[in-house]
Amino acid sequence: MLDALRPSWVIIEREVRDQFRDWRIIFPIIGLTVVFPFIMNWTAKQMLDFTSEYGASVIADRLVPFLLMVVGFFPISVSLVIALESFVGEKERSSIEPLLNTPLKDWQLYLGKLVASTVPPLVSSYLGMTVYLSGLAIRGIALPDPAIMIQVVLLTTVQAVMMVAGAVVVSTQATSVRAANLLASFIIIPVACLVQWEALVMFWGNLSTLWWVLVGLVVLTALLVRVGLAHFQREELLGREIDVLKFRWAWSVFCQAFTGGARSLPEWYRQVISSTLRRLALPAGIAAALALVGFMVGMQLVERYPLISEGLDLSQAGGNLNQLLEIYPLLGAASAFGILWQNLRVLLLALVMGIFTFGVLGVLPLFATMGVAGFLSAALVGSGLSIWSMAALLLPHGLLEIPAAVLATAAVLEAGAILATPTPGKTIGEVWISTVADWAKIMLGLVLPMLVVASLIEVFITPHIALMLFGG
Amino acid sequence: MIVAQGLTKYFDTFLAVDHVDLQVPQGEVLVLLGKNGAGKTTTVRMLTSILRPSNGWAKVAGYDVVEQADQVRASVGVLTEHHGLYGRMTSEEYLQFFGSLYRLPRSESARRAKPLLELFGLDEARKKRLGEYSKGMRQKLALVRALMHDPPVLLLDEPTSAMDPESARTVRDAIARLRGQGRTILLCTHNLAEGEELADRVAIIQAGRILIHGAVEDVKRKLLGPVIYEARFAQAVTQAPAGLPAGVSFIEARGDALIFQVENPTEQNPDLLQSLMSQGLRVIAFQEVSRSLEQAFLEAVRNHGEVQNA
Repeated sequence: MLDALRPSWVIIEREVRDQFRDWRIIFPIIGLTVVFPFIMNWTAKQMLDFTSEYGASVIADRLVPFLLMVVGFFPISVSLVIALESFVGEKERSSIEPLLNTPLKDWQLYLGKLVASTVPPLVSSYLGMTVYLSGLAIRGIALPDPAIMIQVVLLTTVQAVMMVAGAVVVSTQATSVRAANLLASFIIIPVACLVQWEALVMFWGNLSTLWWVLVGLVVLTALLVRVGLAHFQREELLGREIDVLKFRWAWSVFCQAFTGGARSLPEWYRQVISSTLRRLALPAGIAAALALVGFMVGMQLVERYPLISEGLDLSQAGGNLNQLLEIYPLLGAASAFGILWQNLRVLLLALVMGIFTFGVLGVLPLFATMGVAGFLSAALVGSGLSIWSMAALLLPHGLLEIPAAVLATAAVLEAGAILATPTPGKTIGEVWISTVADWAKIMLGLVLPMLVVASLIEVFITPHIALMLFGG
Repeated sequence: MIVAQGLTKYFDTFLAVDHVDLQVPQGEVLVLLGKNGAGKTTTVRMLTSILRPSNGWAKVAGYDVVEQADQVRASVGVLTEHHGLYGRMTSEEYLQFFGSLYRLPRSESARRAKPLLELFGLDEARKKRLGEYSKGMRQKLALVRALMHDPPVLLLDEPTSAMDPESARTVRDAIARLRGQGRTILLCTHNLAEGEELADRVAIIQAGRILIHGAVEDVKRKLLGPVIYEARFAQAVTQAPAGLPAGVSFIEARGDALIFQVENPTEQNPDLLQSLMSQGLRVIAFQEVSRSLEQAFLEAVRNHGEVQNA
């Protein structure tokens, strides 16, 4: 193993040495390590003095660790610049080709560059935080809680790796530093928002939330590293023209993936949809399990939040339902369309959330919806409705709606997994278009028809079952 | 040493290399000629296992470029079109770095670098930052880099393009010496005189397809027809001599010279000379009219254009 890491070490050594010969990197790092922490010390002292005049010591208490986070974050922001220069700059100057001609493996080069781009800014960040904390101790200001300090150090570390890993993904879509800098806003803006949000959580004083943020960032970073590794390939680094938007090519890739070469609708269902379904077996299993867990979590929450079940009187339900139907003519095509549109919106949201988080957040809409269904079911059963009646209300449309949602979520999970998997001979763009086409296949071929039928059942059959059950 | 069969490369729908067949035995130099964008660099990148062929296969130094990519890269020295040196390094550091990537110990890298730097006249500049190097020096250093791991196969893209005549001569001599040591060399160049000087074989590539591939003289003969000879006489001649041997055709008269095309010089030249002298013509010189690789290349490219237009 160590022998396999040796080439990466050679890359790290060269790159770090190169960074320390560039005054444009050295000066900001020295400034942020040595000068900036003193400014933050001074700021902390001023703020503490100011807030103590008004007895707002709680603000001062939260400000000290916040400034620690700022001191730690500024130097790691340099890692993004170093990474873009390291990955895209080499491409632009063609100095990467001699490297690619050596027996160096793609992952060894990737790892070398990843570490070389991350470690110097991180060391600078740690030193800066040490200087800041030392300054606090010298000025007699109480140090933050050790747990917060550990959180800040860990968050800083993960954020540095995340930005560099994100920079690699960006680099695969750029052949010039200029193009990469434009794309870097996809990293800078979310990270800036994240830091602001972390600051809010810190001022709020909710440490457990910060631990969860840390866990989420570790998962996202791991996925970004995986995606970077999957697409940091010799073929992609040299073989393609990727700066030009080619609509015709994109459309042909989409059509090819969507039709799968089928010449008729029956053939498309028989060959393309069935093979896609076979591929979706595992993600569909995962989505179904998550739906079940969501339902059970929802049921559990009734005990903690018994708001509905306490006030619910089912004996009045039939009459109320009749009144409702008189006021709002719900049993019509417009309602069916409304339900369909709502379901489609949720599944589109799952796609959007999933495509930018490699499928991870794409499961949230299904999980949350099933949670709500579980909560309502438990609440109704808790109020005296029998399980059979509950099933009669849910299942007629649910038998189609839930599998449709599971399938759509599975398609999003699959898309995320494919994006993070090596695909020799294909660019990220090509893979992305193919996965969207796969998702579209499932949506148009199965999910949409199932949702249409489900919405019709939900409007024209389920309310009648409800009226029968509640005696309306 | 280098064998390619049906090597094809698509970039999306663009066909960059179309069923290329190549064969370069050990110790020979193949010169790959072609206009810009003809597919030379893509072919070289497939042979160095950087690009994966869409179709076909190739073996370099006995290794498959797809299945044994690491071994291929370890056996090949590549001089790329853009040298891509690191401006803040010295040549010593640079060669140490690449030596390490080829798993050479530091002492071995230094031992190998010294004579190579001396050979290419870079020894005195070894402590200089590469950013201060001239274009020619950079090109020579890139060539040294390609030779550091002592590869049996060399793929050289425009090795003398930025050099002054003296440096270019040094490099050409070095290439000839490397061939003499039994190395197999694929050379891409636009300098046709250089190609002709160094080539054992030549391949002309156009729009991704090999138009012709073979020994230099064979390629010239195929493209420009049989060898041409000029006979000079003590007197002026104005018309074609009678009774020329079979396989010899008269082309033109130029003052005191007659130009012939000879199918098989070994057999027909003695008969031709005898025939001329028997007709009372006093031959004072008889020599082959040299035809350059450049003529052959232009002919190949023109013919290809005509075929395409047709």
